[in-house]
Amino acid sequence: MNGSAKAAILRAAGIDKRFGALVVLDGVDFTMGADEAVGIVGPNGAGKTTLLSVLSGAYPPSAGTVAFKGGDVTALSATQRCRLGLVRTHQVPKPFSGMTAFENVFVAASHGAGLQRDEAYEEALGSLNLCGMLGIANRRAETLGLLDRKRLELARALAARPTLLLLDEIGGGLTDGEASELVGTIKELRRRKIGIVWIEHIVHILLQVAERLICMDAGKIIADGEPHAVMADPQVIRAYLGGGPK
Amino acid sequence: MSPVSPVIERGTAISRIAAIAVAVIIALLAIAPQALSAGAIDRMTALFIYVILAAMWNALAGFGGLVSVGQQVFFGLGAYLAIRLADAGLNPFLALFASGIIVGLVSWPLSLVMLRLRNGEFAIGMWVIAALTHLLVNLDRLVQGETGTSLISLNVYDAGTRRVTIYWLALASMSALLAILFGLLRGSTGAAIRAIRDNEDAAASVGVRVTGTKRLLFVLAAFGIGIAGALWLATSITFQPKTYFNVQWTAYMIFMVLVGGIGTFEGAILGAVVFFLIETWFGGTGVWYLVGLGAIAVLFSLFLPRGLWGTIEERFGLRLLPVGYRVTFPGNTPANDGTAPSLEGTTQLQEKA
Repeated sequence: MNGSAKAAILRAAGIDKRFGALVVLDGVDFTMGADEAVGIVGPNGAGKTTLLSVLSGAYPPSAGTVAFKGGDVTALSATQRCRLGLVRTHQVPKPFSGMTAFENVFVAASHGAGLQRDEAYEEALGSLNLCGMLGIANRRAETLGLLDRKRLELARALAARPTLLLLDEIGGGLTDGEASELVGTIKELRRRKIGIVWIEHIVHILLQVAERLICMDAGKIIADGEPHAVMADPQVIRAYLGGGPK
Repeated sequence: MSPVSPVIERGTAISRIAAIAVAVIIALLAIAPQALSAGAIDRMTALFIYVILAAMWNALAGFGGLVSVGQQVFFGLGAYLAIRLADAGLNPFLALFASGIIVGLVSWPLSLVMLRLRNGEFAIGMWVIAALTHLLVNLDRLVQGETGTSLISLNVYDAGTRRVTIYWLALASMSALLAILFGLLRGSTGAAIRAIRDNEDAAASVGVRVTGTKRLLFVLAAFGIGIAGALWLATSITFQPKTYFNVQWTAYMIFMVLVGGIGTFEGAILGAVVFFLIETWFGGTGVWYLVGLGAIAVLFSLFLPRGLWGTIEERFGLRLLPVGYRVTFPGNTPANDGTAPSLEGTTQLQEKA
């Protein structure tokens, strides 16, 4: 149940990440299948976003290896990993502020997905449409509110044509209606056979999509498996609610 | 998908007229020397060089986010290498362009080091490089330290021919460099360049080759400014290192771009024209001219931070030489245009689904 080892699309082994004396990731092993949707939960500071950054190539691990589609990508840059189909979004949206929403997405379609002109336009428009942003395609990203910036993060990542999408808290601060819209979008991605790793604090949103849940605490994976079983795990409850030594 | 399929628009009716107007203006400028006095021809040559400088600094800083205060290094090198090549026996006019190409080649290895620096470090680092290069050039015996030397081989041409030839070369260089720059910024590389400016990490995360793209821009700007330096040498004949490697050249570039409108293609050209006019009218007033330039720069950064063209573009939605992309919905009212003064903070979805 810990990710079908036969068709593993992503395999991270023995990942350590230290910033000076601070140990943020401590021997993380993580494998997932090509067509899985994995949710990651855990208290603040557990190392979830850092894990995503190491997987996506934003920074190198202090130890360990990352393999994607069967090849070792540990030494590859974020750019190269994106072009292979491993694409992330950012917890704090990082829009290209001086460019329009369309232009933001177009960059991903033409560089990440490597598409030319009309194909790139089509891909970019399709991604905007899927994220409900077609009507504001010409707005400069700096004029967008937080919700639209989060949508733009998703649309931009999608336009790079990922095979595996790493989502970092794209649901934070959404109303129930907006959240169900987002879940609808993610389900559409699942229909397109895009693998998903999704960090989210709002567990009930996550559970609508994730078939497998991982809980992290203090730089380690403390539970991994069927979502409801993980949520009921005593260690997970302790990590969230605090308590005595583990 | 939506019933009305959106279309990507790269230009407008006005921008098509502008493109024709640009061609007409260049054609008129090409035949202008017949009607202009010798002094006016020299001034116009200076204007063309200013346009090159402004456009190059704008591409680097306004589009690519690479703010440099050391671009005089390429200006000085362009002039110096032209002197060297001419001294080695190359035709002086050919030497001007060969020099620009060599400056571009030299900037390649330089970029390996300099592009590792970010923001302020890059800006100041470039200045250090310029100062260092200035000192090294002073060591060349041909230059004789600050005494300098001249592009003597140009003197075989009579003054009139020389003046008009340099005018045409400057005009051709300006037109060609602007065309190259426009093509680059308008293509998908241009979108990548702007993305890097706005957020380097995000650009990398969606597949943009950050360092390679920056390098391309850096080398192109070096090449253009190198040509500008060589052309300036051709107009003034004398080469004194401290004049060419002076930080004032970069100060002028920054002034032109800030006043014209940073990050807009039209802005740099407009800024160069404004600078040229100020210099023409007030250049003789000595120190007060410089004080005035400084004051204007301060006023612009306080009250018109987007510069003249940036403000016009924002106010009237006017785009003469657009490099961006607009999404339009044919057969429908024009899509909610984000640049119109609609400043609603909340999302105003116009779903066509």
